[in-house]
Amino acid sequence: MESTIAHLVTGAADLIAAFLFMYGLKRMSSPVSAPSGIRVAGYGMLLAVAASFLNVFTVDAVAKPHLWINLGLALVALIVGASAAWFKGRSVAMTAMPQMVAIYNGLGGGAAGAIAAVELFGNKTHGAGQLVVTLLGGLIGAISMSGSVIAWAKLDEVLKKPMRFPGQRIVNAVVFLVSFGIGGYIVFVAQSGATPLLPMASVLWIFFGTTLLFGILMTLPIGGADMPVVISIYNAATGLAVGFDGYVIQEPALMIAGMVVGAAGTLLTLLMAKAMNRSVSNVLFSNFGEASKKKRSKMKGEEKPVEASDAGIAMRYAKSVIIIPGYGLAVAQAQEKLYEFVKLLQSAGVSVKFAIHPVAGRMPGQMDVLLAEAGVPYDLIHQLEEINDDFATTDVALVIGANDVVNPAARTDKSSPIFGMPILNADKAKKCYVVKRGQGKGYSGIENELFYEDNTYMVYGDAQAVLVKMIEAVRGLGAAAA
Amino acid sequence: MHFDMAITGFVAIYIFMLAAFGGWVIIGNVPAILHTPLMSGSNFVHGIVVIGGIMALLNASTVTEQVIGFFAVLLGAGNAAGGYAVTDRMLAMFKTSGHQPALIHARHPAKKS
Repeated sequence: MESTIAHLVTGAADLIAAFLFMYGLKRMSSPVSAPSGIRVAGYGMLLAVAASFLNVFTVDAVAKPHLWINLGLALVALIVGASAAWFKGRSVAMTAMPQMVAIYNGLGGGAAGAIAAVELFGNKTHGAGQLVVTLLGGLIGAISMSGSVIAWAKLDEVLKKPMRFPGQRIVNAVVFLVSFGIGGYIVFVAQSGATPLLPMASVLWIFFGTTLLFGILMTLPIGGADMPVVISIYNAATGLAVGFDGYVIQEPALMIAGMVVGAAGTLLTLLMAKAMNRSVSNVLFSNFGEASKKKRSKMKGEEKPVEASDAGIAMRYAKSVIIIPGYGLAVAQAQEKLYEFVKLLQSAGVSVKFAIHPVAGRMPGQMDVLLAEAGVPYDLIHQLEEINDDFATTDVALVIGANDVVNPAARTDKSSPIFGMPILNADKAKKCYVVKRGQGKGYSGIENELFYEDNTYMVYGDAQAVLVKMIEAVRGLGAAAA
Repeated sequence: MHFDMAITGFVAIYIFMLAAFGGWVIIGNVPAILHTPLMSGSNFVHGIVVIGGIMALLNASTVTEQVIGFFAVLLGAGNAAGGYAVTDRMLAMFKTSGHQPALIHARHPAKKS
């Protein structure tokens, strides 16, 4: 009786939760309704989690004696996990958001892998179909977990350089085939009833071990510039693993939410890859940034440094300025200073716009979020295809901490790894100022011809310090005139 | 009466297919400005894995299962709570200031692809 009521209530709660997730995501598709969208999805989550505790009435007979311990463990894990992640998520700097998304995604992948592991170690799956789905859920979840952790380490600059060694692709392929083969062997043993070579638990440990190793090996060689795409892939992968787990434990809320995220994440990945004009397999399996190292000598002209104050004054007397922000702006936490400078220019009658490249920063839309944080109204913010033709009629393009997204080599140099990626036409503006921490290549390690153009001037320094100088210089002008 | 449903065979595939289609359609209309919050938001949604962890842990009958189940709930709860916290913070920054809502729709016509 109790178990029937419990099934009814959890079933209804899951149904409502699944609806709220989809409705919440839908509301997130417009900036106006987006904040309420996440709240809607949040209510769905609270409801589903609360209802899931009704499963105490439906546990298997073998687990009944452990029920109180299990319940206690579940509550402790829930409270500790949720509060630790909550406080970290609330306190972390906005610039660290990409790596936070990576690590939370890794947690989800780990949870999905662990659920599959519980089912496998407890030998709870019924039939070959369910076993295969469980193994796939475990495989994808584990890869997503260890891969996300490496992505986090790269974004957080714990790991500074892509790690590459000769024959890496072969090693990766072998490791993947081994874990896939072990999965196949597990299915074979279960189906044929043959005695496994090792105890089943050991086989499972090896399976999860090699899978985790594969996630690490697969992510290590990928350059930091590609991390947005990689996180998006792992996000979709975790969704898929969660969906598979949902099938295994017969929980439709997991199936629906997981598969919605799997599909949405896949589409998002494709959109991002398209913005970079690269295929997803190219991101995953080519060594980005390797090819360009030899070509240094080809650059003609030289970088022309100017003082920040001179650049600031030049922009004060320009008619129109387009600002191209990049990751350097985020690192320097200079978004508020930038908007202060923009407001100064605007009050002097300069037309100012922001141009955002689809892959600026380390995550799609990261620049939009940063500028929104500083209070920049979004009608000033333009995406690549809307604004690219305006550069030709613009006096000054101000590049702040961006590099690869304005590299003309993408248009002209067939040997360049970014060839074909749409770029912002900063070089078409009458004058171009580039704010940069120092001489050197961008995150992807590619030389940038733009810096050597005749009408390009370099302003070296931390974006925040440079903007402070620009603001002072423009203010000084106003004071002198008054 | 049985409210416990068995999802097997084609029923499971139908659920997967429709959910995948739903996810695809929902994201298809999102302007680039919301890509990061959306990635983070969908990251939060797969935090639902925590209830799978709770169910697996409640049904655990050996120490190995209990330990792994404990980690499933711990990690899943972190995914859900952390995903919510960062998404909510990001979205709180999208302040509407007066006339802009109309502009956004004008500036983001239906994506061609």
